[in-house]
Amino acid sequence: MYLLEHQAKELLAGHGVSVPGGRVANSPDQAEKNARDLAGEKFVIKAQIAAGGRGLAGGIKFASSPKEAQRLAAEMLNSRLVTSQTGSEGELVEQVFVEPALIAETELYLAVVVNQRNARPTIIAAPFGGNLFEKAASETPEIVKTMTLPADGNTSSNEIQGFLCQFGIAGPALENAAVLADRAVRAFCDYEAVLVEINPLIITPEQSAVAVDAKVIIDSNALPRNPLLEQINFSVPMKPEERLARDNDVNFILLDGNIGVVVNGAGLGLATHDLIIDRGGKPANFMDIRTTTGSFQIAKVVQMLIERDGIDVLLVNIHGGGMTVCDTIAEALNFAYSRSSRKIPIVYRAAGQNASWARSIMRDRALPYEEFGSMVPAVSRAVAIASKGSR
Amino acid sequence: MAILASSNTGVIVQGMTGRAGTFYSDAAIRYGSRYAAGVRPGKGGRRHLGLPMYNTVKEAAEATEAAASLIVVPAHQAAAAMIEAIEAEIGLIVCITERVPIHDMVKVKNILNGSRSALIGPNSQGLLVPGQCKIGVMATDAAVPGRVGIVSRSASLTSEIVAQTTRLGMGQSTVVGIGGDPIHGIGFRRCLELFKEDSDTDGVVLIGEIGGTEEEEAAEYLSREKFGKPVVALIVGRHAPEERRMGHAGTLSVLESGSARAKCDALNRAGALIAKHADDVAPKLQNALAN
Repeated sequence: MYLLEHQAKELLAGHGVSVPGGRVANSPDQAEKNARDLAGEKFVIKAQIAAGGRGLAGGIKFASSPKEAQRLAAEMLNSRLVTSQTGSEGELVEQVFVEPALIAETELYLAVVVNQRNARPTIIAAPFGGNLFEKAASETPEIVKTMTLPADGNTSSNEIQGFLCQFGIAGPALENAAVLADRAVRAFCDYEAVLVEINPLIITPEQSAVAVDAKVIIDSNALPRNPLLEQINFSVPMKPEERLARDNDVNFILLDGNIGVVVNGAGLGLATHDLIIDRGGKPANFMDIRTTTGSFQIAKVVQMLIERDGIDVLLVNIHGGGMTVCDTIAEALNFAYSRSSRKIPIVYRAAGQNASWARSIMRDRALPYEEFGSMVPAVSRAVAIASKGSR
Repeated sequence: MAILASSNTGVIVQGMTGRAGTFYSDAAIRYGSRYAAGVRPGKGGRRHLGLPMYNTVKEAAEATEAAASLIVVPAHQAAAAMIEAIEAEIGLIVCITERVPIHDMVKVKNILNGSRSALIGPNSQGLLVPGQCKIGVMATDAAVPGRVGIVSRSASLTSEIVAQTTRLGMGQSTVVGIGGDPIHGIGFRRCLELFKEDSDTDGVVLIGEIGGTEEEEAAEYLSREKFGKPVVALIVGRHAPEERRMGHAGTLSVLESGSARAKCDALNRAGALIAKHADDVAPKLQNALAN
C-alpha cells in the first residue's frame, strides 16, 4: 500500500524522524491559510498523489507568499497529474501539502528496503538527493552504497554514522543524519514497510537532518494483523476499476489500450502482455486472477472491463492449473455477458484443467467467441480485431 | 533419480485438516506420493484422510521419518509453520501459502541459514516429480515422466510449459516452482546445480520474470560452470510498465530491479537459449536436445 506523502511523513514523524511540518489543504483558500499559519517566507506546494515523479511533472512548486500558495494550489487541485509513474490518464489531485521551504546545504538519498539477495533489511544511500538521484545512480551506480542490517533491524546510530560518513558529512550533521536513518529503520520494521524512501534527506545550515520528501509503501500482506497499522486510517486514493478488482480478489492494473485481457496467473499475465505488445496491440489492462477467486468475483471484474469505453475485443488466455480451473473462468464470462448489454467479441484460448468442460460452457451459452488452440494465434487474432475497431 | 524428492520421500502436511489442506493432500495422496502424517495442534491422535495426526512437526517427523513437509496454512501462520519445520530438521519444506508478509520471511530466512532444511516457496505451486511424488498444488494431468527439468517463478506459466513439453513427447524429470515472492527459499541457481548433477535431466527450462536478481545469479552460475545441458529461458514482463507492480510481489524491487532485457542478455551471454515467447519454449528445447 503506497501512502501519500503527508501520510508517510506523519508515520515517520511518529517515530521521531524530522520533517518540515506541513499541512494538508483541500482547497486553495485552505492552502493560503496553511501558508499563513506556517509563518515562513517561502513555501512548497506539493500535489498528493500515490505515485512518484511529481517534481518533473509540475506537482511540486514553490511559492513566495500565501497568495501565491493559493494560486498554485488552485492550479493543482482537481487537475490530473501525469508523471512517469502514473500512466497516461494521470492521477486526480484531491489534496495538496503546504510546507515551509527549507534551505539545504547538502542533499542525500536514503532508503530502507529488504535486500532480495540476502533477505536482510538494508539501508541504501547516495550523495545525490532529489531529482538528481535517479540520473546519477543510473550513470554511476557505484555512488549508491548499501549497509546490511541484522534481521531484526536493530542497529545503533553510531554504526550508521560509520556508514554515512562516506557521503561527505561530519560533526553534528552526521550525527543527526544517522539518528534520522536509525528512526527510519525502526519505522520500516515496526510498520512492516517494503519501502521507506527519504529523497532528499537534507542538511540545513543549522546542521539538522530533515526528511524533505518521504515515500512509504506498507506490505499489504501485513495489514490485517499489524495493530500499529489499524490505528491509522489511511485512505489511499485508488482508481475505481482497480478498487473493484481488488475487492473481488483479482490483481488488476488499468492500462491505455483497447484489448481487454482475462488471464489467470501473474506469469501467464506478463507473458500475454508481452505477446500483445510484440504483435502491435495495446492491452487495456493487466489481470492476474488469484487462485482462490470465485466465478462471481471474476464476473464482476470482466463486466466492468467489457463495459468500459474503448474496449474492442476481450482476449481470454487461461491455463487451468491445480488451483484455478478453466470452467470457473468460463462461468465468469457467462455471468458477465448475461448481465451486460455490450457483447464485444471474445478471442478465447483455454488449456489445462477442465478445459473441455469450459469449452462446453462457452458453446452452450452461445458466447460470442472464437477459439484458438495456442497463445500466439489467439493474440494475433485479438490484435487484428482491435486494430479494425480503432479505425 | 530426480531432484529434491522421489517416490521414497515421506511427506507430512502442516495444516492438513483445513479445507485447502484436505483438498490438496487428498489429490497428492491419490497421485501416489508417500504421505505419512498430518500436523495440526490439538488434533494429535486422530486420523485424517486415513493418516495419523500429530500436534507438532517434531512428533510427526519422529514417528514417520518423513523427509519433507508441505505447508498449507493461512498467511499469518506460515512463518511459524516454516520455523517449526526448520527446527524439527525437516530436509525439504514446501510452503504454498500466498501473501506471507515480507518481514516474516526475513525472520524465516535468518533461521533457515545454516540449518539442515531446504525451503521451497512460499507462494509456490510446489514440487512435482511426475509419476513419483507431488508436494504441492499443481495440476498433474498434463505431466508425464521424462527428461526435462523445469524451474519457475510462475505457476500458470509452468502449467503451460509442462503441457507443451508433454505434447512434444519430452516429459519432465522434476518441476520446481520457486515461488513468486521477493524473499523465498531455494532459487534458480540452486535448482540448476541440482539439475546439472541429475542423470535423469537432459535439459532445463527456466521461467523467470522482471524484478529481483535471481535470473542474473543463474546467469553468473551458468557462465562460470560447464553446465553441459541445454537451458531454455523464458523471461516475461518485457513490456510491463516500470514502477507498477504486475502480479507477483517479486516483480517490484527497488534495489537492482532487473529488467527483462538485462536478464535475457545475461542469460544469453551465459549460453542459455532465450525463448521469444511462451509458445517457443518446448520447440526450442526439443531442437537443442536433438543436436
